[in-house]
Amino acid sequence: MNNVYWKTFSKGLIKENPTFRLVLGTCPTLAVTTAAVNGLGMGAAATFVLVCSNIVISLLRKVIPDKVRLPAYIVIIAAFTTIVQMLVKAYLPAIDKSLGIYLPLIVVNCIILGRAEAFAGKNPVGLSALDGLGMGAGFTAALVVMGSIREFLGNGTVFGWPEGGLIPAITIFVLPAGGFFVFGMLIWLTNKLSQHLDNNATRKELTACAGCPMAVKCHTEEGCRHE
Amino acid sequence: MEKQPLLVSSSPHLHCGMNTRDIMRDVVIALIPALVASVWLFGFRALAVEVVCVASAIATEYLSRLVMKRPQTVGDLSCVVTGLLLAFNLPVTIPLWQAAFGSVVAIAVAKQMFGGLGQNFVNPALVGRIVLMGSFPDAMNNWEVPLSWLGKADAVTGATPLALLGTEGAADIEPLQLLFGLRGGCLGETCVAALLLGGIYLVVRHVISPLIPVIYLATVFVLTWLLGSDPLVQVLSGGLMLGAVFMATDYATCPINKAGKVVYAIGCGLITVLIRMFGSLPEGVSFAIVIMNILSPLIERATKPRPFGAGKAVRS
Repeated sequence: MNNVYWKTFSKGLIKENPTFRLVLGTCPTLAVTTAAVNGLGMGAAATFVLVCSNIVISLLRKVIPDKVRLPAYIVIIAAFTTIVQMLVKAYLPAIDKSLGIYLPLIVVNCIILGRAEAFAGKNPVGLSALDGLGMGAGFTAALVVMGSIREFLGNGTVFGWPEGGLIPAITIFVLPAGGFFVFGMLIWLTNKLSQHLDNNATRKELTACAGCPMAVKCHTEEGCRHE
Repeated sequence: MEKQPLLVSSSPHLHCGMNTRDIMRDVVIALIPALVASVWLFGFRALAVEVVCVASAIATEYLSRLVMKRPQTVGDLSCVVTGLLLAFNLPVTIPLWQAAFGSVVAIAVAKQMFGGLGQNFVNPALVGRIVLMGSFPDAMNNWEVPLSWLGKADAVTGATPLALLGTEGAADIEPLQLLFGLRGGCLGETCVAALLLGGIYLVVRHVISPLIPVIYLATVFVLTWLLGSDPLVQVLSGGLMLGAVFMATDYATCPINKAGKVVYAIGCGLITVLIRMFGSLPEGVSFAIVIMNILSPLIERATKPRPFGAGKAVRS
């Protein structure tokens, strides 16, 4: 299991979790996680776009000229986002309604462009697909966890069940303020967890470049370009 | 902090003998008249809410210092003040577990997560109140008519004066009734006379300077008068007196020097009036103070005094 494919897939789950470690895609994270099912819908839609765009961008990586790569990436991502949006509108109108503007906004989701730039533009197709799948799974897991916490505390329900709620609702958790609070707590928890998982990493290293979640992909010797 | 050598001028030095505990004890003493008034107006359930808030504030302070492995600070009484102020900001009918939840948020989130007393960037009691307002809007807007626990009133719940202003009921409001707290409202905010008594005690004991409360109240008075409302009723109703005397003057969250304090107090008054007159909420004192708390560091920077003899401050 410890080969390059597994590593490419699994890094998105905790160690380089796009939401809690890379802190990308914060806008949909905060906006749609008022209910767990919204998080699941958003995560699935973004994962689909991520995997598909990673595959296509990886296939075209030798064709796309370096100078216009960003517009080219965006066109590819926008195409898949449009497909997702039409599919969700047709088959899951309820999800479409609750996600609202955030569904078309997947186009500008930093996770997808970030992976295209950092991974798919430089790696073969198989690895890029796995990278997209791992990052998508990490994003989806993050949204579902955050959505579940906010839904349970703020509405008393678990995936909309039961009708009246299990506990008295503490409405602040489904309001933006509660979203930021839960987000901060989960970032702290993921940082702790990833420190714990990384046995070799000492506290000292974590403060330097080695502690940066982008360290694997960072090619510049002089300094960090992901500031 | 303790490890750094503190360089001061040569001796002799005088220490006034005051410490945090003394200051906080004075604040608690100043809050006692309002506490007595709240029990007189709203019955023994008011006392229950206050006890729950203070007890859970103390417990949260103790436990969070324990978990964070920091020196214990329960003894400085600041958590008692926070718990009591939070209780004063709640309606008497609030479920007790919700009151306790407010205290936990106030102490654990607003105070201890930022490093404890003096490090909090907003007033913890107000954060507790605002979180409760966002969490339980129904429970936080249930106003019992004062003295109804004695069985003398016909109605049990009623609107607050600020909610009545601008409606037909506004004609029934008498400033004298407001002064003695005979109106619906939060536990500690209604009896303005008791709050004034506490405020005067704090000023006499030099715990607070009268600058912030006076300018805050004056700003509200003048602005509401200019906007065509009844300024006396505006100043005496809502949580204004409680906020101006006990919350806006919090050492950790208001500017240090006089010019800064003036700007801060005017800002508090301005935002309060704006929310009261044009906002969708009837009362804006808590939001006004929290917003100005957040602006305090900026006010501080803008009103930094120039050392005597120094040139004009150079912008870096």
